[in-house]
Amino acid sequence: MIRRQERGVRRQPHQFAICNLYVLPLVAALCASSYPAPAAMAAGSLAKVVQEVEPKIVKIYGAGGFRGLEAYQSGFLISAEGHILTAWSYVLDTQYVGVTLDDGRKFDAELLGADPRLEVAVLKIDATGLPHFDLTQSQDVAAGSRVLAFSNLFGVATGNEPVSVQHGIVAVKAPLEARRGRFETPYHGMAYILDAMTNNPGAQGGALTDAQGRLVGMLGKELRNALSNTWLNYAVPVPEILGTVDAIRAGKFVPASSTDDGTKPKHPLDLASLGLVMVPDVLDRTPPYVERVLPNSPAAAAGLSADDLLIFLNTHLVQSCQALAAEMGRIDRADKVKITVLRGRQLIEFELAAPDKYPVGSQ
Amino acid sequence: MNGRSIGRSMLGALGMLLWAALPARADVDGAVLEAEAQRVAVVAKAQQAAVAIFTNQGQGGGSGVVISPDGYALTNFHVVAGAGEGVRCGMADGGLYDAAVVGIDPVGDVALIQLFGRDDFPTAALGDSDHVSAGDWVFVIGNPFLLATNFKPTVSYGIVSGVHRYQYPAGTLLEYADCIQTDASINPGNSGGPLFDSEGRLIGINGRGSFEKRGRVNVGVGYAISINQIKNFMGCLRSGRIVDHATLGARLASQEDGRVLVADVLDTCDAFRRGLRYGDEVLEFGGRPIQTVNAFKNVLGTFPKGWRVPLSYRRRGERHDVLVRLAGVHGAQELIDKVTGKPAIEPPAPRPKRPEKPKDKKDDEDRPPPPIIVPEKPKAEVPAVVKQHYDARRGYANYYYNRLNRDRVWKTLTVRGDFASLTGEWVLRGQLMEAGDSEFRISENLVACSLPGGKASLPIDDNLVGAAVPPGSGGLLAALYLWRRLLVKGPEEFGSVEYYGTLPLSGPAGPLAGHAGLVDMLSGTFGGVECNFLIDATSGHLLVVELYLHPDDDPCELHFADYREVDGREVPARMLVRYGDHVYGLFAFSDVSWKEHVE
Repeated sequence: MIRRQERGVRRQPHQFAICNLYVLPLVAALCASSYPAPAAMAAGSLAKVVQEVEPKIVKIYGAGGFRGLEAYQSGFLISAEGHILTAWSYVLDTQYVGVTLDDGRKFDAELLGADPRLEVAVLKIDATGLPHFDLTQSQDVAAGSRVLAFSNLFGVATGNEPVSVQHGIVAVKAPLEARRGRFETPYHGMAYILDAMTNNPGAQGGALTDAQGRLVGMLGKELRNALSNTWLNYAVPVPEILGTVDAIRAGKFVPASSTDDGTKPKHPLDLASLGLVMVPDVLDRTPPYVERVLPNSPAAAAGLSADDLLIFLNTHLVQSCQALAAEMGRIDRADKVKITVLRGRQLIEFELAAPDKYPVGSQ
Repeated sequence: MNGRSIGRSMLGALGMLLWAALPARADVDGAVLEAEAQRVAVVAKAQQAAVAIFTNQGQGGGSGVVISPDGYALTNFHVVAGAGEGVRCGMADGGLYDAAVVGIDPVGDVALIQLFGRDDFPTAALGDSDHVSAGDWVFVIGNPFLLATNFKPTVSYGIVSGVHRYQYPAGTLLEYADCIQTDASINPGNSGGPLFDSEGRLIGINGRGSFEKRGRVNVGVGYAISINQIKNFMGCLRSGRIVDHATLGARLASQEDGRVLVADVLDTCDAFRRGLRYGDEVLEFGGRPIQTVNAFKNVLGTFPKGWRVPLSYRRRGERHDVLVRLAGVHGAQELIDKVTGKPAIEPPAPRPKRPEKPKDKKDDEDRPPPPIIVPEKPKAEVPAVVKQHYDARRGYANYYYNRLNRDRVWKTLTVRGDFASLTGEWVLRGQLMEAGDSEFRISENLVACSLPGGKASLPIDDNLVGAAVPPGSGGLLAALYLWRRLLVKGPEEFGSVEYYGTLPLSGPAGPLAGHAGLVDMLSGTFGGVECNFLIDATSGHLLVVELYLHPDDDPCELHFADYREVDGREVPARMLVRYGDHVYGLFAFSDVSWKEHVE
C-alpha cells in the first residue's frame, strides 16, 4: 500500500524520496513511541477509545443516490450545540441535508457555510448538550503514529448503529499537491497520508483520531490516480481548516443564495455582458453549468469553457443558477470579477476583465 | 568519488542501517516485546488449524478452519458450491487432505466439511462473538489469491470495525446477518477462512467484502459470519442437509418515535397463533432488545428454520412473552433449485450503485469474492475416502452424514432400552393430575384411552391426517402411536426418518422445564403427518414428541420426564400433553406394561 501511495504522489520527488526510505523503519521504530502507555496499547483492545469517539460521529444524508453518487457521507460534532464539520461535496448540495446522530436521533441540518477549496463545510443541527471534539485541542501526529479512522464508509451503518472504525499508520505528513492527470483534487494543503483503506465512498468528512481518540484530522474524499488506477487515503489536519471553520461559524462564509443585504449597485453585472450562457434554469437548484461561452467576450478571453461548473463568484459560493444570478446583481459591472469553476475534478480560478460593451438598452 | 569517500559513505550507510535496526530491540519497552512475542505465538498456533481449500474439479479455492480433531472444518458455502462431493485441503504442516462436504447453509454462506486422514487435527477454539467489540484487535488467516503453494497460510491483522452488521442478501441467497466487520485484509481466497480474536479464539468465518469499483481486492471493509450464529447452525450443518434460514412470518417497520411495530403478519404463522397482531410493538426477540428493523433482521438471521425463539411484544401497554416456531424462508424445492441451479454464484446487485465503469459493474458490487478460477483440468477421480463418506440424495448436501447422525442418536436411545421385540399391546396406567385415573392402550392397529372425561380410540391405518383424538389434544393418541412406532420399529422401518440437527429445548414445559442446552431431533413422516422426536443424546432420553396433523396448525406436544427403569428399559413416569398454548393434561404413570407379541 505504501508503494501505491508513493506512485501516486510522484509530484514531489524530494519529499517522497524521503518517505520511500524512511517510512518503513519509521513505522517500525515509531510505532511504540507514539503510545503513551506501550504495555496497554501493544495488546489491549481499542474498544474503550472507540466507544468514547463514536457518539461524536454523525451520518449525513443528502443529494445523490444515482449515477454512482452515494447520497451519504460522514461528519463529526465540533460543538455541544450541534455544529458539525464535514467535507464539502455534492451530498450537501441540496436544501434537505439530514443528520443522524450516534444514538439514532435524526435532524434536518442547516448548511452554515462551505469552502470548496479546502473541501470543508460546517452544518448545524438544533440540539444541545452533544458530545463533540474541540477543534482547538487537535493533535499533530508524526509519521509512524497509530491512528483510527471513523466514518460511515459505504453507508454500512444506519440509524443508531455505530459507524465503522479502521486502524492505520500515518505514512507521512506532506502537502497534497495533486494535479491534472494524476490525483485531481482542489485541496492542496498538508495532508496525513494513511496506510489504511480509509477513503471509501461515504467516508469523506469522517474523523481521524490518534490511538487515544483525540482528533487529528478530517478524512478526505476518494482520490484516484488516473495513471495507475491506485487510490490515495488521506486526511486533512485540523489546523489546515481551523481558520475557515471559525470563519464559517462566525458567519463569514455564508452561501451566496442566502445573503441579501439590499445594497445593490446601480449598474450590476450580468452574464450576457461577460459572455456566459448558462444551462437552462429548469430545476429548483439548477447547478450553474456553462452551456457555452460567447466569442470575443471577457469569459472567452479568460479561458472559461462550456461544461465548467461555477463554484465561486469572487468569494461567494454559488450553488444554483438562481444564486448565480442573484450574486451577479450585487457586483458592479465596472469591477473585475473572479470566477472559480470546477472542470473535471479540478478547481480553476479565472479573473475576468470588466466588459467593454453592455447589452443595448442597459445604459 | 575517491575510495575514501566511498568508504565513508558506506560507513554512513551502515550506520543508517544500524540506526534502523538496533533500537528495535534495545529501546523498545519490554511490554511491547512481550506483547509481540505473545501475538506471534497466538498466530503460530492459529495457523495450524487453518485450511487452504482447493476444489477437486479445478473450479477454484478458498480457506477454512478445522474445529474438531476428527477433521470437521468450517468454510463458506460459496467456496464449496459446485465443488461436487469433495475438496482437497492443504494445511500449515504441508499435508494435503481429502475432505467431503458435510452440510451447507446456502443463505448464511456457511459450509461444514470433514477432512480425512487423521484423528488428531489441530483445531481452533471457538470464541463468543457476542463479546466482540469495535476496536478489538483481530486477525485473519487464509489463502488470499491462493498464494501459498506450500499451504502455509497468510495472516492479516486489523481491528473490528463494527459488530451486528446487517448486509442485505445478494440476490435471494447469501444474507449476512449480525456479522462482524473488520479492516483486516480479506481478499479473494480468504473466503471461508477464520477470523480470530487477539487470544486466538475463533469468532467468525470471513466471507464478504465491500468490493467496489476498485477491482476485486480489499478496500478495508470485510465481513465475517459470527461464530455464535454458526454455533446455532452447527447441529443442522452436521445433518448433511441443505439448511434453511428462518422467517417469523411477520414484517416489521420502524416508527418515527423509534418503536418497531408489526406492519404485517401471516395468519398461518406460529407468531400469529401465539397472538402477534398488526400494530403490536416488538420489544425483544431471541433474547435481544429490538430497537430497529435491522436489529430484528440481525437476530432472525442467526437462527435455523425450525427453532423456537422467545418473542416479547406489547399491546395497549401490556407485555406478552411467547415462544415462536420459526418457519423456513424457502420451500424445500425452492432451496434445492437455488443451490443446484448454478454452480458459481452470480447474484444480482444488492443495491444500485457505481456505474462509473459499466463494463465491470456486476463484478464490482458488494458481495462475496468468488472462488478464484484456475484453468480447468480434467475431472479428477473422487478419492476413495470421500466416496466412503458421500451419499448423494436429492435435498441433501450429503446424505451420508444424515444417516450417520440419525443412527448415532438412535443408538443412544436403544442403549436406554431396546423396545424392538415389544410388538404387542402397550398399557400405560396412572393418574391424570387433579382429575383421576387414566389408561392408554397402544398397539399396532389401535390406540385407546380411558380418561376421567371419557373414552376415545383411534384405529391406525395409513392415514393419520385429521386424527385429532381426543378432541382438544391436537392428536394425543396419534402422537402416542408414533412414539411407540419409532421405539419398536426404529428409524429404518418407521416410515421416513431424517436427522434434523440440534435445537434448544425451550418449550414452556411447565413442571417439566429445566433442561438447558441443545438437543438432537429426528423428524419422521408416517401416514401423511410429520412427527418430531427431540432426544437428549447425553442421557439417551426421548424428551419431546411433536405431532403436526397439519403443517399450519400447532403440534400436539408430548413432554416426557422422570425416566425410570421397567423390565430393563427406561420409560418416562410423567407426560405433559400440550396443544398450542393449552395444556391438555399432566399424566403420572404408575404402571407400564407391554406384551412381546401380538395376540
